[in-house]
Amino acid sequence: MAAATAPPDTEESRCVLDREGIDALVRELRADGHTVVGPTVRDSAVVLDELAGAEELPWGWGVELEAGHYRIVRRTDGAGFAHSAGPQSWKNFLHPERVRQWTADRAPDGTMTVRKEPPSPVSFAFLGVRPCDLSAVRIQDRVMTGGRHRDDAYRERRTGAFLIVVECTEPGATCFCVSMDTGPAAHPGYDLALTEVVDEAGHRFLARAGTPEGAELLRRLPHRPADEATSGAARRSVEDAAGRMGRTMPPASLRELMAGSLDAARWDDVAARCLTCGNCTMACPTCFCTTTEDVTDLTGDHAERWRRWESCYDLDFSHLPGGSVRASPRSRYRQWLTHKLGTWWDQFGSSGCVGCGRCIVWCPVGIDITEEAHALHQEGLRRQDGREDGAR
Amino acid sequence: MTAAPLPYRVVGNRAESTDTRTLELEPAGEALTGFRPGRFAMLYAFGVGEIPVSVAGLRHGVLSHTVRGVGAVSRALCAMRPGAQVGVRGPFGTEWDLASADGDLLVVAGGIGLAPLRPLVRAALSEPEAHGRLNVLIGARTPQDLLYRRELAAWGRPYCGVTVDRPAPGWEGEVGVVTALLDRASFTPQDTTAFLCGPEVMIRATARELRHRGIPPERIRISLERNMHCATGHCGHCQLGPLLLCRDGPVVGYDRAEPLLAVREL
Repeated sequence: MAAATAPPDTEESRCVLDREGIDALVRELRADGHTVVGPTVRDSAVVLDELAGAEELPWGWGVELEAGHYRIVRRTDGAGFAHSAGPQSWKNFLHPERVRQWTADRAPDGTMTVRKEPPSPVSFAFLGVRPCDLSAVRIQDRVMTGGRHRDDAYRERRTGAFLIVVECTEPGATCFCVSMDTGPAAHPGYDLALTEVVDEAGHRFLARAGTPEGAELLRRLPHRPADEATSGAARRSVEDAAGRMGRTMPPASLRELMAGSLDAARWDDVAARCLTCGNCTMACPTCFCTTTEDVTDLTGDHAERWRRWESCYDLDFSHLPGGSVRASPRSRYRQWLTHKLGTWWDQFGSSGCVGCGRCIVWCPVGIDITEEAHALHQEGLRRQDGREDGAR
Repeated sequence: MTAAPLPYRVVGNRAESTDTRTLELEPAGEALTGFRPGRFAMLYAFGVGEIPVSVAGLRHGVLSHTVRGVGAVSRALCAMRPGAQVGVRGPFGTEWDLASADGDLLVVAGGIGLAPLRPLVRAALSEPEAHGRLNVLIGARTPQDLLYRRELAAWGRPYCGVTVDRPAPGWEGEVGVVTALLDRASFTPQDTTAFLCGPEVMIRATARELRHRGIPPERIRISLERNMHCATGHCGHCQLGPLLLCRDGPVVGYDRAEPLLAVREL
């Protein structure tokens, strides 16, 4: 839903929800016809899936993250949102892995009839969107609907989606949203924002609306006015989270760093480790690249166009009749990183990285985007020093 | 909009060489508008797939596309008989922008790269007073691979030259790279706009030579090729550094392209 007309965020517009308020939230969203999607524990991971009720949220679960490492761990405080990014992101729902775009039929006289895929009837409510992931949604908004050609399938899913952000109070060891300016506090773009507070005064959520629709929903939930203790505790825990980022990006313009690093020696180093498996692109909440598949049935007279995710790590991604443009793993890792942190600005007006850390966690060999950026930064500084020494 | 292809009827299919044919397409119903020299369409062969093909002619509502049959889709398109239907999406991308070129014109084509330049040459010939001298330099692999042979005699005022990589019996023309024809052309470099299309290696060599001769890089326009699936800026395939060539290209100024083409495997 559009967040253009956010009501003023004052103390009066804030309120406190208890656990029963969260139960009611899921219930009301479902009653409104939304498919509620949120985090839940399945297959030893916090995944995103449809929720039948708030009891399916990962209450009492946290995550332990490192490069190439993901474990869910029990928490003693019963918190429901003290976990950071899991293997999926909201793009799995807004920009799904596989979408049929149109079908075509050919009559015996050769006449072709093309039918566009009807709009998706699903109206999503996303519960538990992390601030970094909200930024990722807004980045994909610009890619898929911000240009001359708008992607209808994305727009239909996105327009109907109700976004409930839960601010981040427990960053993971692979998180760096502070470096990317996407969290841990929520930026605008949500319908409803929650901050989970667990302390001696109890387990509760500070809530504020970002849209009239969010305010209207909030009024329907059992709530009480925000008290100073809850507001203060919520603010402090988000501020504390900002100081506990597991990773940072180098203190430089990443866009300029990438543009100036195209011939860096570091690419050879990372290419020696990178398997070009594409996991980082699948887990990344902003990676949007796709390929098309044209299929027919057995008669050959009914054809379909499907679009599915593809990775810039695939050798075929840059295929031309004369061979692949990016044949070496070095050039394909460079393409991914320089696009994500650099040329994304030229193409879509922002960074393509939100600092969620998924690419670090889900890389089978533990390649760390922040470590690579730091290494490129250091190499650039050394080169600069060398030039200055040479000039003396 | 995510446009689905519109059905177009094949009304002509002419052999240009052993593997290259020019299809003429008429809308079977609703027509696409906005095609300009340099821009391209996505052509869909029923059930086989879709490829980007530059517009090679724009006359009386008929779209011409010259297709070299090198893959499954392009071979299927080349095999289309008159009366068959293809799907067309477009137009996409940037145009040659002939209107901004008021001085001499230098058109340099290599192989199938002549196809997107043909409507530009035709447009320049139709309004000779709007430009300076028109030079057309064409390179082909062999004499048999030369496109639009019947048309060439009327092209180029004052110069239209052809060179081939490998001559055949009876060939009395030039043999060698296309840049060797530059000395025959008449243009004032500082006041010339160049339009280049062909294999990337030919584009690089020609653009370098033209810069050397004094044509400003922003007046050297090149048409680049990358893998393309959607043509709408959403699939990511056609990136060349900061450029999405379906959106920011295929026609790009050499001032922007030169530093990008200098990076291997970008």
